Amino acid sequence: MIFSIIIAFVVGGLICVVGQLLFDVAKLTPAHTLSLMVVIGSVLDGFGLYEPFIDFAGAGATVPILSFGNSLTHGAMAEAEKHGLIGVLTGMFEVTSSGISAAIVFGVIAAIIFKSKGKVS
Amino acid sequence: MKNARTYQFATKPSIVSTAVSVGPLEKQSPFRPHFDHVYEDERFGEDSNEKGHATLIEDTCKLAIMKGGFQATDIDLFLAGDLVNQMTPTNFAARELATPFMGMFSACATSISSLITASFFLETNQMERILFGSASQHNAVERQFRYPIEYGAQKPPTGQWTVTGAGFGILSQYQRDKPYVHSATIGQVVDCECKDPLDMGSAMAPAAFDTIQQHLSQNKGTSYDFVMTGDLGKNGSAILQELIRTSGVSSYLVDKYRDAGAEFYGNNEKFLSGGSGAGCSASVYYGPIYAELLKKQWKKILLVATGALLSPLSFQQGETIPCIAHAVELTME
Repeated sequence: MIFSIIIAFVVGGLICVVGQLLFDVAKLTPAHTLSLMVVIGSVLDGFGLYEPFIDFAGAGATVPILSFGNSLTHGAMAEAEKHGLIGVLTGMFEVTSSGISAAIVFGVIAAIIFKSKGKVS
Repeated sequence: MKNARTYQFATKPSIVSTAVSVGPLEKQSPFRPHFDHVYEDERFGEDSNEKGHATLIEDTCKLAIMKGGFQATDIDLFLAGDLVNQMTPTNFAARELATPFMGMFSACATSISSLITASFFLETNQMERILFGSASQHNAVERQFRYPIEYGAQKPPTGQWTVTGAGFGILSQYQRDKPYVHSATIGQVVDCECKDPLDMGSAMAPAAFDTIQQHLSQNKGTSYDFVMTGDLGKNGSAILQELIRTSGVSSYLVDKYRDAGAEFYGNNEKFLSGGSGAGCSASVYYGPIYAELLKKQWKKILLVATGALLSPLSFQQGETIPCIAHAVELTME
């Protein structure tokens, strides 16, 4: 238990380090960094590499945005098996819909309760 | 006009009154004692940032008019600008002020370009009082040029913090006990091919250098108490100092060089490279610097406001950031 928490923490942290390096060294914008991470996760799952990664790192692999790309591909492939090519389109947001809906719902709630402020770093 | 770009004003137009208002975070500024009004609400009692921005401009202009002992009807022209699309905050404030109005945009250099333009109008002797200046409101401007604040995007150490503040003044005919505009240099657009909108200081430093060099070459032998740029920040000021030092033209200025943005939040590292925005230079120039000139602490200074002439669209399309700097030499007798 403790060991798997440490692994998750370290692996998740390392993914964030890569993201920070993309900001600071590669000078990518937040939007570019986000998209790149999603694409990488998606490609990894295409090669069947993301599931073993989740087995190894747990939340360290599922929490970062990489896993959103993984879920996109995962859903698309699962549906494609059932419904053929059209399943690629319907499946993409099948697994991810909960995440997207949650982002919208919680975003609305936060916007109603709080007033946005500039972030002093 | 021969040798254009630097002009002297024979009528010595004087800044007879100024007012500066800032938002809640700007309380932390070492210039705080010279701000007329610090608001506790960053939206100035309005329900949106943009509406608050307009209120900030309107209130500060009214204060400048009142402090000078005038009324809005005494103002012949209102010359000002801000950084929001189509300058709606300034336009809306002008609607309330109901004075003759012309909008000006030189990005963050509007604090000085409006003063230069006002000086020329006064030289014609057809106007008596011109209200000039510029303003910025953090949340509205960050959305415009960087990311909406709700996005919570990280800024690198070269990033600057848009100041919520407004600085306005009234320029009128020469008055012996007030600082006057001795001369001005109109900047040229300088593009050093910088592309990073989170490092505008580096992009603007060469423009400031170009204008300073031009102004000094036309005013040889003049000794300044200091030269103060607008919002190069700590990063950009270091680059400008290096440019001054290596060029050798005006090496004596190295120690007399200041930057409003770099000084705005003191040494607080939370504000990264320092303050920026059209309200940054305006609130420093027309607040503390004006007050010190009135007290004759300084007699001759060169104010060089800097502006980055980019739009979010030009940046997204991969364009470089063209920059400009306008200079005004103020004298107190």
